[in-house]
Amino acid sequence: MAFKVISPGLLTTVQDLGRPGYFHLGIPMSGAMDRFALRAANLLVGNDEGAAGLEAVFMGPQLEFEVDCTVAVTGADMPPRVDGQHVETWTAFRVKAGQTLTFDYLRGGARAYIAISGGIDTPPALGSRSTYAIGALGGYHGRALAVGDVVPLGRGGAVKEGRTLAPALRRLPGSPAELRVLPGLFWRLITEQAGRNFFDDEWKVAPEADRMGYRFRGGRPIEFEPREQPFGAGSDPSNIVDGCYSYGSIQVPGGSEPIVLHRDAVSGGGYFTLGAVISADMDLIGQLQPHTPVRFVRVDMDAALKARHDRAALLAKVRDALA
Amino acid sequence: MKTRYSFGGDEHIFVEMDEEMSLDAFFKSLSMTEAVRAANIAGVTEVCPANASFQVKFDPDRIAPDALLAELQALEHAAEAGEKRIRTRIIEVPVFYRDPWTHDTLMRFRERHQDPSGTDLDYAARINGYATVDDFITAHHASPWFVSMVGFVAGLPFLYQLVDRDKQIQVPKYLRPRTDTPKQTIGHGGCFACIYSVRGAGGYQMFGITPVPIYDPTQTVAHLRDFMVFFRPGDIVKWKPIDAAEYDAITADVAAGRYEPRIREVTFDLDAFKADMDGTNARLMEALYGV
Repeated sequence: MAFKVISPGLLTTVQDLGRPGYFHLGIPMSGAMDRFALRAANLLVGNDEGAAGLEAVFMGPQLEFEVDCTVAVTGADMPPRVDGQHVETWTAFRVKAGQTLTFDYLRGGARAYIAISGGIDTPPALGSRSTYAIGALGGYHGRALAVGDVVPLGRGGAVKEGRTLAPALRRLPGSPAELRVLPGLFWRLITEQAGRNFFDDEWKVAPEADRMGYRFRGGRPIEFEPREQPFGAGSDPSNIVDGCYSYGSIQVPGGSEPIVLHRDAVSGGGYFTLGAVISADMDLIGQLQPHTPVRFVRVDMDAALKARHDRAALLAKVRDALA
Repeated sequence: MKTRYSFGGDEHIFVEMDEEMSLDAFFKSLSMTEAVRAANIAGVTEVCPANASFQVKFDPDRIAPDALLAELQALEHAAEAGEKRIRTRIIEVPVFYRDPWTHDTLMRFRERHQDPSGTDLDYAARINGYATVDDFITAHHASPWFVSMVGFVAGLPFLYQLVDRDKQIQVPKYLRPRTDTPKQTIGHGGCFACIYSVRGAGGYQMFGITPVPIYDPTQTVAHLRDFMVFFRPGDIVKWKPIDAAEYDAITADVAAGRYEPRIREVTFDLDAFKADMDGTNARLMEALYGV
């Protein structure tokens, strides 16, 4: 049971919900950037929420199936076709043995999630099938899919095709996208004015936006309070003694372009961070295309926890709807 | 030292032992991370130690952020009184200084460097007050180094040299990070050396390369069969300068599964080290080479 990669698209990787537990060795959690979309896709085809699926960035792959499967595509608006016939996103559909799944051009969002009944059955590495390409770990031989790969599938249950997730239960960023940020970490190193500018300015997603981190540009440069650099930190005011980075933390090397670390985050380094995007908004980042306007919105811990709670409530509704 | 606590979003607490690097800060951080792990606090999912700080990842659905903060603060006092002695390993790591691969890379990225007219070694030797690059290289490998953090990317060690602060080698990072660094490059940024475990982006100055793999996700390299990551915080490293022929020989041994790194068990006591650095380092060399 498998499918064959006729064309891999731009960058298509095997991802599940990740491998927490090894960040202290520099191995990040990895996993779907939009975890909500992967969970929904899996639920639509009757898989465990955490089963491994495909994450396709900006452009869909072409896959030829060796076996009958139920498939669902969520996340980015990238319309799928089965042997040329249009099928709906956020909806379970049938692909028969010998048929080919292709995709139209991206119409919105950035990453499509493709769940297949039975899930992808590559060997887990450190407890997860997620691809961490920098470390050549997990996924399909530790790398993105390539032409001719034959990707193994697990055994799926019988699932009704045509099940769909109501639009009200889908989650995609608006425009400008709003990312809520809890200031902290090394926030105190920047001037009060720089802190206000960071939240007032409109930023745009830079082309350097990937699974490790999303870079933004367009806002005013960050200015630092004058201080003597601590021993071991390096001479630039944005340097610190190399320390741990949080997922979602925002570093601004040289004070110019903020970078938000994501699922394949580097675990530490020598740049100051001014806070972190809250956990509830991390999924949204995975759906941002380059040049998308973005506002960072200042929140406190109570608001961050409330947002987290709201997001969990939405997921609970999805589970109920697809139970 | 002044400990500072801060939330990193709603899932992390970052704890900085000190703004500046010192072995005292490292050992206090090590004691605290051990205490946090031992406390087995419900909702704590990961504990990541760094050079002079650490980070706790937690699930706010299981423990309130403020409650966890209070628990961590309660552990601080005991950590301060903790023993500053560890049982650890000393490991010899061969280094081919001035190798062709890092040289080729640093020439490709010259416009991102503070001093495009020379090499990274020329620059580091000059700004650290060494008359020649050879003198600088000698200082780099003469005294051992302490692994004070593992991270950035998979299995990459940060190392702090076991010498007085006024003898620490310090260099800035590249003005703009490179998009490429050869695998197993010996780098330096701030006061830290590192070994790039995988090929990829990097901002540290490049001094040489080791033929010894330190990360192997396939776990086929002989000394990485038990676990894919070689280094852990507290390891002590002695660089051994090698030439091109030795580099090739070790590379061939690694490929044939014959290479075994020289490793000895040692005890490192911070107070004893601070009281007598030369004597402590001499004893570490005795342990490694059995002189």
